[in-house]
Order: sequence, then structure tokens, then C-alpha cells
Amino acid sequence: MSETALEARHLFKVFGRNPNQAVRRLKAGETRSEVADAGTAAVIDASFTVNRGEIFVIMGLSGSGKSTIIRMLNGLHEATDGSVLVAGDPITGIPASRLREIRRDRVSMVFQHFALLPHRTVAANVAYPLELKGIGKAERLAKAEEILGLVGLEGQGEKLPSELSGGMQQRVGIARALAADSDILLMDEAFSALDPLIRREMQEQLLELQQKLQKTIVFITHDLNEAMFLGDRIAVMRDGRIVQIGTPEDILTDPANSYVEQFVQDVDRARVLTAANVMERPRPVVSENAGPRTALKQMRDAFMSATYVVGRDRKLIGIVTDRDVVKLIRRGESTITSVLKPATQVVDEDEILMNLFIPAVESPVPLAVADAEGRLVGVIPRITLLAALGPGPGATGEINLPVLPLPQAEVDAILDDGWTAPTAGNTPTTSPTPDAPNEEITR
Amino acid sequence: MNVLPIGSWVAVAVDWIKANLDGLLHVISTVVSFLVDGLSFLLLMPWFYVVIIIAALIAWLVRSWRLAIGTVISFGLIVAMGLWVPAMQTLALVLVAGAVAVVIAIPLGIWSARNATVRAVLKPVLDFMQTMPAFVYLIPAIVFFSIGVVPGLVATVIFALPPGVRFTELGIRGVDSETVEAGQSFGATPGQILRGIQLPLAMPTILAGVNQVIMLALSMAVIAGMAGADGLGKLVVEAISTVNIAKGVEAGLGVVLIAVFLDRVTASLGSLGQHPGSLLGVLARRRSARRLAAASAVADQVPEASLEEKELQHA
Repeated sequence: MSETALEARHLFKVFGRNPNQAVRRLKAGETRSEVADAGTAAVIDASFTVNRGEIFVIMGLSGSGKSTIIRMLNGLHEATDGSVLVAGDPITGIPASRLREIRRDRVSMVFQHFALLPHRTVAANVAYPLELKGIGKAERLAKAEEILGLVGLEGQGEKLPSELSGGMQQRVGIARALAADSDILLMDEAFSALDPLIRREMQEQLLELQQKLQKTIVFITHDLNEAMFLGDRIAVMRDGRIVQIGTPEDILTDPANSYVEQFVQDVDRARVLTAANVMERPRPVVSENAGPRTALKQMRDAFMSATYVVGRDRKLIGIVTDRDVVKLIRRGESTITSVLKPATQVVDEDEILMNLFIPAVESPVPLAVADAEGRLVGVIPRITLLAALGPGPGATGEINLPVLPLPQAEVDAILDDGWTAPTAGNTPTTSPTPDAPNEEITR
Repeated sequence: MNVLPIGSWVAVAVDWIKANLDGLLHVISTVVSFLVDGLSFLLLMPWFYVVIIIAALIAWLVRSWRLAIGTVISFGLIVAMGLWVPAMQTLALVLVAGAVAVVIAIPLGIWSARNATVRAVLKPVLDFMQTMPAFVYLIPAIVFFSIGVVPGLVATVIFALPPGVRFTELGIRGVDSETVEAGQSFGATPGQILRGIQLPLAMPTILAGVNQVIMLALSMAVIAGMAGADGLGKLVVEAISTVNIAKGVEAGLGVVLIAVFLDRVTASLGSLGQHPGSLLGVLARRRSARRLAAASAVADQVPEASLEEKELQHA
């Protein structure tokens, strides 16, 4: 899976009077502004590899050289120095006809302002790459219709691009790139011209499509949130140089320098960090074989009104509450299985924080985090969730607050016997049950 | 005193061309007079109202029924003034000159849009052609082709050429660079990009250039009359030399009426099918209405299908 689809080796691009001289001087260690007299260095010594099937995001502010880089990946801009390899074949320094072949068959592109042909219908636009490949009209229009269905534009083929909204036009742009049936898709700020709501929708659709088609995508953006949301790996560019390449988490939690750090400062962490990044050691947790006294002790130590119960393989099987356990102790029972309630709010460890808020609010106990096998791997107290969104070092680690605030669930429990699960021992207890641990911490 | 006798040098060059390229000049002369004579013969062969009806139909096709009526009235005026024959001769001259200028100008414009060197060379040449008083072209043209319609047409072509080149170049270079890149990124050859992307997108600008070419050609028609070309221009020249106000006004009015017709028709070429009153516009609207109806029919079917699916799932 980690086969290399696209590789850039020491790419340079200098616009201006004397590009080769500028490259020599840059290699000798001069800075971008020092060689300004010889030309404008748009890309300086950029090297990276893109693996088959991944979304590789190149991110930077305008003028950082990202648009120039992506145009060198399909030869729209000739590299001043260095080489680009598409699946091992160099595309730098090859004859124009060979380069056109590679563009027709292996690399296609989606543009910021869609770049559709306004005088052709949507279907004819999508069929354009096939037309260039010399495929017959009936066949290419049939294929175009099929691909329009894939991007959610079925039945729109006869319209002109100008009759569609921006988001729909860009779907045509994507459909056109998909029609070329190339393994590599270059997307140059593909969603930047769309308004934010549509942009989000398109990003999600792109990920959906990617799940189906498994293309290799190079995506250019100036929007860090977009980069974090889409990218399997991200390259951050500044002034023509790549300053860091890494997974979104690497970039966020371990910025290579102060520039990247500044950049990530206002990223929407809620969309990047996952439950696994912020969860804590599962704390009130007992084995299903444990007795009520052990359970109550666990709860008291953790200042919680309920505890998770796991099986022998650490699979989460439910929760028990302090009130129920106290009753068991009074009745002198020795197992807790009779008062076991299903855990209502369990999230996957790969879930992004954005999607944890509702479960966290609805859950009376810290949110349970389970892995793919259903094992309890951690919990997220609401306070941790909120703290993780704040800036600063250690924000993603385990957080220990000096005094835990009173969990909302307990207030609910005292006030109205709030959450009683539909199963097990539905015995309403209006009498004040021992809430000693909580009174202790609210002192 | 004349230290730098540029004029005499050019005169020597003209003599040399006359002496050595006589064959070529003869071919040009034959072809041009055949085209102009042929076209004016065609225009004058049928009854005049046949030509008027055809012109009115063209006006309706590209613009509106109002322009068609205007065309009938203005051509009727020309007939009423007894100027039908010279007017058609002038129309033939203008159309042929315009066609020749366009045939030369568009490839030149394309070439200079794609090549910076060509552009740099062509720019001062075009400036020269456009600003040199048009009469000056007549002198060598008469030397080359003697008196008649040919020198008039050659001078007209030279004078009318520049806007055709400029508009073509402007139109092609004005095509959105991302759209051109899109063509390149899918592996189109330069020729495919030119035919499939640049020319279609530049067409409105190029046609504006064609309109300019034809209007300039018409303004030259009078000057061509000086070189002896038959038509309204010749009448104007005659009117000047005899100080005949009536004849001058009538001939001038004829030029104006033809100019208005040609201008309105060629200006509409750039936005063909977009004028709501034109026949083409009506047809285009019908087509797109049918297309949209078909598209919405498809769109209607889709939700129905998914509804059925849902019902099946419920069942």
C-alpha cells in the first residue's frame, strides 16, 4: 500500500531572467531574497513522495509556491532543476508528446476556478479527456453520464456549466478529472472558491469518493482546517520551501518550527484530534466478577457516580451506578451483574472531537472510548474534551485538574432520579442515596 | 532640405517590385477583380427586391424583425435614389475587402498571440498601417495594378487589417489561463487547445474585430473610388470635382445606409442566438427549453426511484 505513486526530487522553480544561476546560488546556500536579482524563486529544493492511495496535502499561504509545485507535477510548469517521477517514470526533460501522453493517461487535474469549457455542455466537459484520448462519441458520453452519477449530478449532463451553482460546477471539474481515469489527481485549491458550507460538503464528498476509488490525490490548499480534514499527510510550505511533512497530528502536536506552530495555532482542533488523542486511562472501571463493594470503592476514588464494567477480555459490557450498588450492599448481594445497565454513550477511538460533544453531554459518566474490537481503551471526561480544544502545550495529553467539578449527572440524579436505563432493576429511590464522595469534593 | 530621402528609397523599392514581381501582381489583380466583379454580378443579377428580401431575412435571422424592416426601408431608399447599381458595387467591394482582410488578419492574430517575437514585430507594423493616411497606399497600389477596382481594394485591405489582427490577439490572450491549462493538463495538443478552447472562447472578441474591419473597409470605399473603382465612392469623387451638392449628398447617404446595415448585422455575429428578437434566438430558446424539460424529467424520476427503495426497505 505504501507504493510510491509520485515523487519530487529537489525541485526548483525560478521565474525571471537567469533561473539557472539563481538555482546554483540557492544550492550554495543563498536565501530567496539574496537571489532576487537573478529571478523569483517560487519553489526551492522541494522533495517529497506521495504514496499510492493517499491524500497528500500541500499547504501554505499565497505566494508560498504551492500552486507552482502542483503545476510541476504534471509539467504545466517546467522544473528549473530537479526531477518529478510519476510511478518511477521521470516527466522532467522528456519530449512534449510523451508528456502529453502521461497527462492523458496518468495525471489529471482539478482547478480552483473550475476551468470548465463554457461553450460545451456538462456532459461534453466531462467527456473532454476521453475525447482527447480518441474515444468515440457515444462511448465517451455514456462514460460521462456514469461519472456524473458518481459525483451526484445525474441528469444534469445536458446543461451548460453556467446554469449550475459553484459547487455543482466543481463537481463537474472533479467528474472531468475522474473521467480521465488516471491514478493521480491533482487538486489546485479545488474548494477555495466555494462558500464555506458547500466547501465542507465537498470535502466530505471527496473523502467518500476517495474511499470508493482509492486514487492518489495531491491537494493544494491555504486552509489549514481543510488540510487537516482531508490530508493523510501534509506538507507545509513557506516562501518556496517545504518546512514540514507529516500527518495532521504530527503537524499539530509537534510543529517543526515557530512558523508551523503559528500556523496551527488557530486550527480547529475539534476537527483534527481524535478521541484516542485526548482520552484518559479508563478510571472508574471494574470487572464483571467484582463485588459491589469494590465497585463502590472505585467510584469513590474516582469521584464518580457510576463505573464502567468490563468483561475478562476488557470488552465494555455496561455501567453500574452508585445508588444501585449501595442497594446491593444493603441487601448483602455479592455480584453486580443484576444492576448492570448498558453503556449508552460509547465512541470509537478514531472519532474526531467535533463528533464527541453531543455524546459527552448526554453521557452521565465520562465518555467511554472503545477500539474496533469493542474493548474499553479510555474515557473522556467533559472537562478533558474542552481542555483539549484550548491552545498550548500538553493540551492533547492527560489533564489532571486539582479539583474535579461536580459532574452534572450527579446533580441530575439527586434532583430527579434522572437517568434510569430501561433495563435492570428499575427501582426508583427518592431517598437521598450516599453521595458522600461528591460532597467531599464540592466542599 | 531632404537629408534622408526615405521617400525615394521606397519609390525605388516599388519600381523594383513592379519590374520583378509582375507575375505575382498580375495574379493578385486577376483574382481580386474576379471576386469583386463576380460578387457585384451576383448582387445585380436578380431583381433588386430579391436582394432586399434576402438582406432583410439575414437581419431578422441574426438580430430582430425591427432590423429587417429597417433594412427594407434603407435599401428601398437606395433604390428610390437611383443608386442601386453603384451601391451593390460598393457592397461587393467592401465584402470582398473585408473577407480578404479577415482571412489575413485572423491567422496573424493567432500567431502573434502565441509568439512574443511576432507580437513585438507586428505591433509597430500595425500602428504604421493604421496611422498612415490611407491615400498614400493608393499611389503604389495604382503603380502596381493601374486604375480600377484592384488598387482600391488593396489599399482598403491594408487599412482595414489592423483591428482584425489586434482583436484576434486580444481575444485569444484574454481566454482564461486556467481553462487553457485545463486543456493542457488533460493532454491536448496546442492545435486541439486552439480549436477546442481558445478560438471558441475568443470568438465574440474576434467577431467584434471583424465588425471593425468591415466598417473600416466601408470608410475606405470612397477613397477606392478615387482609384477608379466603380460604386458610391466614384459618385462622391465625381460630386466633389463638379461641386454637385445633390449628387454628393445622395451618394454619401447611400454609404451611410449600407454602413448601418453592415454594422448591425456584423455586431450581432458576436452574440449569435442571444438576441431575443432574432430567429436564431427564438430557436435557441426552444432548444434549451426542451433540454431543460428533458433534464427535469430525469431529475423527477430519481427521487421517485429512491422513494420506492425506501418503501421497499420499510416493507
